Amino acid sequence: MLEIKNLHVRIAEDETEIIKGLDLTVAAGEVAAIMGPNGAGKSTLSYVLAGKEDYEVTEGEVLFNGENILDMEVDERAASGLFLAFQYPMEIPGVATMNFLKAAMNAQRKARNEAEYTTPEFIKKVKAASSDLSIDFNMLKRALNVGFSGGEKKRAEILQMALLEPTLCVLDETDSGLDIDALKVVSEGVNALRDPARAFLVITHYQRLLDHIVPDTVHVLYNGRIIKTGDKTLALHLEENGYADVIASAA
Amino acid sequence: MKVQNIQNNAAEDALGVSLPTRRVESFHYTDLRSQLGTFASKAERPSEEVAKKLGDGFPRLASNAAVLHFYDGHAFERGEKLPAGVSANTDLPKAMEVDGLDDTIVAINNKISTDGVAISVAKDANVDRPVGLAHTFTGTSGTTASTRYAIDAASSSTSIFIERFMGRSTDAHLSSSVVAMDIGEGAVLNYLIVQQSGLGAEHLGRISVRLAENAKLNLFILNAGGKLVRQEVKVDVAGEGAHVEIKGVNLVGDNAHIDVTTVLDHNVPNTTANELFRNVVAGDGHGVFQGQIKVAQIAQKTDAQMACNTLLLTDDGDFSAKPELEIFADDVLCAHGATVTDIDDDHLFYMRARGIKEKTARGLLIKAFVDEVVEELGVGEEIEEAFIGVIDNWLDTNVS
Ligand SMILES: Nc1ncnc2c1ncn2[C@@H]1O[C@H](COP(=O)(O)OP(=O)(O)O)[C@@H](O)[C@H]1O
Ligand SMILES: [Mg+2]
Repeated sequence: MLEIKNLHVRIAEDETEIIKGLDLTVAAGEVAAIMGPNGAGKSTLSYVLAGKEDYEVTEGEVLFNGENILDMEVDERAASGLFLAFQYPMEIPGVATMNFLKAAMNAQRKARNEAEYTTPEFIKKVKAASSDLSIDFNMLKRALNVGFSGGEKKRAEILQMALLEPTLCVLDETDSGLDIDALKVVSEGVNALRDPARAFLVITHYQRLLDHIVPDTVHVLYNGRIIKTGDKTLALHLEENGYADVIASAA
Repeated sequence: MKVQNIQNNAAEDALGVSLPTRRVESFHYTDLRSQLGTFASKAERPSEEVAKKLGDGFPRLASNAAVLHFYDGHAFERGEKLPAGVSANTDLPKAMEVDGLDDTIVAINNKISTDGVAISVAKDANVDRPVGLAHTFTGTSGTTASTRYAIDAASSSTSIFIERFMGRSTDAHLSSSVVAMDIGEGAVLNYLIVQQSGLGAEHLGRISVRLAENAKLNLFILNAGGKLVRQEVKVDVAGEGAHVEIKGVNLVGDNAHIDVTTVLDHNVPNTTANELFRNVVAGDGHGVFQGQIKVAQIAQKTDAQMACNTLLLTDDGDFSAKPELEIFADDVLCAHGATVTDIDDDHLFYMRARGIKEKTARGLLIKAFVDEVVEELGVGEEIEEAFIGVIDNWLDTNVS
């Protein structure tokens, strides 16, 4: 489903290289965890997949269902099934969450030549999905993420993911800022979306999230490259021993 | 040696009124002497048929309003029934006094107005329907159309007025409106100004307000039309406990020059004021906001806040914001803030990452920025939605 080959990325503004020859393959139905210390380049990778313009790809390719997404606009990538749950979801004053959800869902449907949702259909879907995630429906009448607590923002991200039904879900530190109850709700939301036709890239630097969302593969990202790949026991090893020995043996 | 204004000026000669240059401080950003066109004749009274057609394409903003109609500055009787508690006298109200070049708009209005209306809101009246003051212009090149009102809101009354300017002419024409308002003790007056004149329109507006004890002015200005617009607001906060709420949305299109100038005089203790403007500048538009707040020495405990935020969509446009505080009392709270920004790239990226096309996302963000002001007006959903409709129309034509 996702094939990243020899990816090199630098910051457009000052040309600092952040991703330095990254290879990664994720199959349909797979949950791949990306772990790594702060500053390793995890968020940068997620932004490059989504198409943020601050970053410049200097080498390599990213194939999503065989198509090179680096040539696609940000909104085209989303409509083709890529979803990024942001580490820091943006607060957007003045745009009511409901209006935003409707604009996003219908824009994607339109791009895929599907019929747009009517208002009653849309409201029904949102009500069902928000109750699954213990989100107060009234919160969705407020401006997007404005004044939401850290946990509410993360839940709102998962709500968007559930409503947009992407095929590749990139979760950037979705566990940060969550207390244990919220972590459970969010993880259940993610697990409910697990599907043979859908893949997940779960970025985290704690093992904790992976107790709830159990990964098929674990990849260690350090200094812009995947330096080690294993199964879920690798995450446990990192939890106990830290990154030092993995980094040392890769060097 | 400095030679001042001795050259002939066609605009001045045509109106017979001295015009300020930017050397007059209150006209620093709007040089009327060089920017105003030449307007030599009053627009004639249009025929009934012509008048009827002029309003096509400008649907009513409030279905239950009683609208007083002026076409090219001439009053037309349309048999609209004023709400209970409101009475109108269609004799031209007496001219407002002129004190130097700062009152140039009043001087021009005194010179060219022929029609107007004096409106009284009865004591304790809770007026349930808005009163519309609709001006529609043919906009024949070189002509003027002008009106003058007096509004007297007696104590403890509540009322809503919508003053609206409409037209399509791209030829240079001048309109002017001067309104004197007296808001009695404990009265609440909502005054909503909507500018939708044609791209050739030059408009000079002034409202002068006096507030008695515990009176409240709730003023909204929506500028969404015209080529050269200057709307002045002068408020004499003369009664303790009075509150002034001024909100505005200035949509400044290509080639347009839109100026809102407010002067609040806090002359007694314990009064409050809040001003909030949101502006969008497209093309090579020029926007101006001057907000003066004067607090007299005895006006202790004045609380006056002012904010002016601009979205500048192009490098060719600009917006000048000049807050000015003149405070002679020592125990006051006064603050002002002005920002000029472009659309936030991170907001745009977030929305696009959800599949929303860039153009749609920009539109939603611009709309959100200005709609917020309208949604806080508290004048009822129908009117607020109508204003949002006016904004949407403007955005559709002016922002690509
Ligand atoms: N837009 C940017 N401008 C400047 N530096 C950046 C930018 N994005 C990322 N970096 C730098 O790149 C490195 C990797 O950052 P990031 O991808 O956020 O790491 P992680 O998510 O793994 O903690 C850090 O040193 C960070 O400071
Ligand atoms: Mg990160």
